[in-house]
Amino acid sequence: MLFKKNNLNKASFGLKLGAILGILFLHVPLFLIILYAFTTEDKSYQFPPPGYTLKWFSIVLSRQDIWNAVSLSLQVAIISTMAAIVLGTLAAAALYKASFFGRDSITLLIILPIALPGIITGISLRSAFGVVGIPFSTWTIIIGHATFCMVVVYNNVVARLRRSSPNLIQASMDLGANNFQTFFYVILPNLGTAILAGGMLAFALSFDEVIVTTFTAGQQTTLPIWMLSELIRPRQRPITNVVAVFIICITFIPILYASYITRNTTDTEGSSK
Amino acid sequence: MIKALNLRNINKRYNETVALSDINLDIEDGEFFSLLGPSGSGKTTCLKVIGGFEEPDTGDVTLFNEDVTYTPPFKRNVNTVFQDYALFPHMNVEENVSYSLKIKKIPKNEQKSKVDEILSIVKLNGYEKRKPSELSGGQRQRVALARSLINRPKILLLDEPLGALDLKLREQMQFELKNLQRQFQITFIYVTHDQQEALSMSDRIAIFNEGKIEQIDTPNNIYLKPKTAFVADFIGTTSIIPKDFAKKSLKYNYGFSIRPENININSNIAEYDFSINASINDIQFQGSYYKILCQTENINLTALHYLDMKNPLNIKIGDNIQLSWNKMDITNLDD
Repeated sequence: MLFKKNNLNKASFGLKLGAILGILFLHVPLFLIILYAFTTEDKSYQFPPPGYTLKWFSIVLSRQDIWNAVSLSLQVAIISTMAAIVLGTLAAAALYKASFFGRDSITLLIILPIALPGIITGISLRSAFGVVGIPFSTWTIIIGHATFCMVVVYNNVVARLRRSSPNLIQASMDLGANNFQTFFYVILPNLGTAILAGGMLAFALSFDEVIVTTFTAGQQTTLPIWMLSELIRPRQRPITNVVAVFIICITFIPILYASYITRNTTDTEGSSK
Repeated sequence: MIKALNLRNINKRYNETVALSDINLDIEDGEFFSLLGPSGSGKTTCLKVIGGFEEPDTGDVTLFNEDVTYTPPFKRNVNTVFQDYALFPHMNVEENVSYSLKIKKIPKNEQKSKVDEILSIVKLNGYEKRKPSELSGGQRQRVALARSLINRPKILLLDEPLGALDLKLREQMQFELKNLQRQFQITFIYVTHDQQEALSMSDRIAIFNEGKIEQIDTPNNIYLKPKTAFVADFIGTTSIIPKDFAKKSLKYNYGFSIRPENININSNIAEYDFSINASINDIQFQGSYYKILCQTENINLTALHYLDMKNPLNIKIGDNIQLSWNKMDITNLDD
């Protein structure tokens, strides 16, 4: 009955319903979090909220521990993203076309951190830091995050390089451009959006990372870790919701922007066929 | 007289593979010269050596009496149209075409007038703001041509530029390319594996095979007087009669090749120098003629039967027929 209309161009009613339910399932909890940032009830989640207030926002603004966590998280995300952009782009440039012994293994090793469970990455980094004797600091968190942030940038850039004509560089040289001109006029503009999109994804990944951070942070508290510890306390629950609203905003904007800037370029690369 | 291009004893190998083996080539200024051969024969490598994208292992490349063997591509007065066009995807047509002018830091208004001029030559006015992704294959081809020609290079290298186009468009572009070359009076060096393309457009052709040049000649001579069995076989359809068979069955002391249009079927054998019995393996309809594939012992021969009301096809597969031809139509082969 559900699949009676066998029109290939139109989704069946069942498929539409499933898609809508799926989207609701993914996004309704987000709206609940935003809703409970304004509730007057601070101990339990009562629906509908008994009243609405903005006082949690002012409490959050005055809490120094939150601001410390936010600034640490931003610092970690920005530095690890920058490291990921440099390393990921260089790795992509080196690996996409070259053929040498062990190339496939190196590619696998670069991608592995994102496939490995965070807990493995976390434990192995923690023991590695222990063996080498590096004390836990902001930098150990950054190193931990950079391992998987780099993969995101690498994947984006490699995909772009594969879709670009290998003759573009030769064409540029042929038309009189030297190495620097070719890099700035042809290579960088072609990779630019891929690097930016990869970097923004990397930023979002780093900003809300919990597991690897737990193992590499020592005494420091990033924003997601602060939230976890806050959830255990039953008082002033809406504070975590207010902070969650901030995180949603901070991670949403770069992801939306990344998909927006790469949307217009996806069909452009086809010109090499 | 100054040659547009000299290649002297060019050798190039990739690891164990010999890509170019002792290539010698002189190309006159203003010539339409084709490098023709099957894929992997070294013709594209040869073009890359001329363009400066590959360095030869040994030998010299001279452009207009200037040794450029180790000169990078951006310092050679040579431009290339790439097989996949290699248009810059992030630039529109105008930016693509004016790229070399921007590099040379030519003033904007001068760039504009040059772009207008070249775009009108390739009939792309009005497309200035389009991105390459918004153009058809033929239009991309024209942009690539305009981008290379705006520099007025002394030599234009073309690497199978029509390979990606469909048949009708390809024929039209062949005509336009030839016109462009006459208009600009520059040397075109054209790489192709399509013999029809090479024969119809070129002043001279170099036939490549396994990194060597088999023959350099005019299209006419390449077709009518192939020097080697490879050339005879590669260009057009031909039947190759090896030396031992010629000696035994035809009392002729050389191996030779014969074009199908010169073989007559069931004609009065007294009028011809050679005659042989063969059986028909297949008859293929080709439009204005039938292709008759015949065999005698282990020798394959191809003859033609042109469609004609007065002369209907009255033979069929399996028939034994008499094939005859004259000595003046055969080409003796060196080996």
